[in-house]
This record gives sequence, C-alpha cells and structure tokens, in this order.
Amino acid sequence: MVRAVPAAAAGTRSVLRSPKMSEGGPPDPLARLGERLDKARSRRGSEPVPGPDNAAMQQGVGIGLRIGIEFVVAVVVATGLGWVLDRWLGTRPWGTIVLFFLGVGAGMLSVYRAVTGIKMAVGSRPLGKPGAKGQPAKDAWDDDEA
Amino acid sequence: MAIELQPLEQFTIERLVPLHIGRLDVSFTNSALLMTIAVVLITALLVLGTRKAALVPGRWQSVTEMAYEFVANMVDTNAGHGARDFFPFVFTLFMFILFSNLLGLVPYSFTITSHIIVTFALAAVVFIGVTIVGIVRHGFHFLRLFVPEGVPVALLVLLVPIELLSYFIRPFTLSIRLFANMLAGHTMLAIFGGFAASVGLFAIFPLGINVLLVGLELLVAVLQAYVFAILTCLYLRDALHLH
Repeated sequence: MVRAVPAAAAGTRSVLRSPKMSEGGPPDPLARLGERLDKARSRRGSEPVPGPDNAAMQQGVGIGLRIGIEFVVAVVVATGLGWVLDRWLGTRPWGTIVLFFLGVGAGMLSVYRAVTGIKMAVGSRPLGKPGAKGQPAKDAWDDDEA
Repeated sequence: MAIELQPLEQFTIERLVPLHIGRLDVSFTNSALLMTIAVVLITALLVLGTRKAALVPGRWQSVTEMAYEFVANMVDTNAGHGARDFFPFVFTLFMFILFSNLLGLVPYSFTITSHIIVTFALAAVVFIGVTIVGIVRHGFHFLRLFVPEGVPVALLVLLVPIELLSYFIRPFTLSIRLFANMLAGHTMLAIFGGFAASVGLFAIFPLGINVLLVGLELLVAVLQAYVFAILTCLYLRDALHLH
C-alpha cells in the first residue's frame, strides 16, 4: 500500500533515478530484478577467486608429491650405484662413500630446483627469457659461490 | 571365522593363459589383461567421443575434449614451443597411467602401476626417448646440459658428477614415485578392509576410514598420472631447449 504509490508516481522517471530508488527499497519490479541481478553478479564475481586458488593448490600438491620422494631416491640410488661399483672394481668402501655424498648433493639440487621453479632442469638454468622466475635466485646463488 | 590378513596378496601376478616361447614365459597374466582393458577403454572413449564431432559437445565428447585440452595445455606450458610434436606421446602416457590407476581402484581388479617393472619400463621409455631427442636435436652439444653456466672450473669437478647423477636418477625417481604411491595406497586399503572383516560389529570404523581412503586414492591416482606426464614434459623441455 505504501510502496504502491511511489511506484505509480515514479513510473516515468525510474530509468533516470534508478540508483537513488534502489537505496530506499525499489518499488519497480524491473529495478528490483536489476538489483537482484547485480547482487547475484557480485556474488559470482567473488566466486572465481577459489578457481585459481584451487588450481594453485592442485599444483602445490603436485609439487609436494613430486619432491617428497626426490631426495630419498637420489641418495638411495646413488649409494646403491656406489656399492655396485665397489663390488665390481674392488674399491671398497670409497665408491659407496663418494657416491653417497654425490647422491645427497643431487637430491638437494633436485629439491631446490623443484621448489624454486627452475623445475627439474639439469644445468640449472631457466629457459631463454632473462628475468624468468628462477633466474634471480640462480644468479645470487652463483655469486655466493664465486 | 578365520580371516587371513594378506594385504599384499592383491599384487600377485596370475597366469590366466599360460604361454611359452622357447624358455621365455609370455603368459597372458592378470596384469596384461588389465593393460588390455585400459587400452580398449581409452580407445573406446576417444573413438566414441569424437565420432559425432558436434559443435555443442555431448557428454562423451566433452570428456574427450577435456582430456585433450588438459594435456595440450600441459605440453604447451611446460615443454615450451615446438613440443607439440610430442603431444601424442605425452597424451598416450597420461591416459594409460590414468586408466591403469583408476582401474586398479575397482574392487577385485589389479593395479598395473603397483608393479615397479611396469612403471620402470614406462620411465625408461621416457628417459631413453628424451635422451635420443636431445642428441638428435643438439648432437654433441647436448653434453652441455651437464655443465652449469657461470661456474668456476674448480667447482665443475664437483658439479658435473652431481648433474650427471641427477640426470641418470630420473628414471628411478619417475618410476618409484608412481609405484610407491600405488603400492602404499592399495596396501592401506587392503589392511583396513581386513580389519573390517575381522572385527565383526565394529567394522563400521575401518570401513569408514576406507571410504575416506578411496577418495584419497582417487586423488592420488589422478595426481600421479598428472605428475608423470608433467615431468615427461619438463624432461622434454630440457632436451629441446638447451641453454
């Protein structure tokens, strides 16, 4: 009853004054629909945020599962290789010892690369583009060593 | 009610059709059967999915296109440009591992990828293939892969063996990761299943855990196929785009 009067009065002006009208409870069914649409859109607009987040998490889980085993396998395989070489060449225990430490180094390198985004590249250099993700880290690391 | 708890029994290879060539045992086993089923299912999915190439895809076409686009994106973003030639290889690998993992979750079936010889064979194909691609594309220059840039000569003595090692360890990490995940997951499922069978009324608890575990195993099955394929892409990138 109260709302019906402004609706009839503002019928022609509703297009021009729709923002103001939406403040005081929109009487026009079209304006109300517009408001509901806006609300729904803004809700939709905030929704895609979980999308990329989800993808990032998926990638994170992928990386996590990948590097979890990386280090262990590197050490075990390298040590095993050293042991076999020792048996073959009769150099016990030097092959095992040297290859154990090399394996630890290789394992750490693999994990480091997987984490810093140089991915699994042998040769510690990200592709082409200078200033790529892994580049600064690699340069700093080299400077430390030099 | 004597129920034996043998969580590893599910991994035994059984000869379904004994076959011998000379002294070589080439019997058709349950493993071979599951591989055949996987290949048939993949082929069926792809053939049926692309038979009616509608502009508005139906269900099967949607699934096929999703799989295609997923792998195509993976190859493009991870293997760099010029890697599209290897898309069929990566796609085949991904689909085969994915279907093997998922088929393994069907009760009373067999998990092909829980055997290290299978995963190692797959990883060896990737490793040897990538090495050949690298040598064909770059020739002798390929060896520069093992020499990090901008490193003093004194350190090269240490770094080159480490690089060599981390290169030759690839097939092992690739295969052990997949095999260990599958083996561990399915053993766990069988153990809780065994509990459920042996504790009578309280079976609801291990059964509930198993329900959750099946969900986790589904995730692991898909994720491990994804990891295997993405690492193949990264290795390919190394071989294609040498620094």
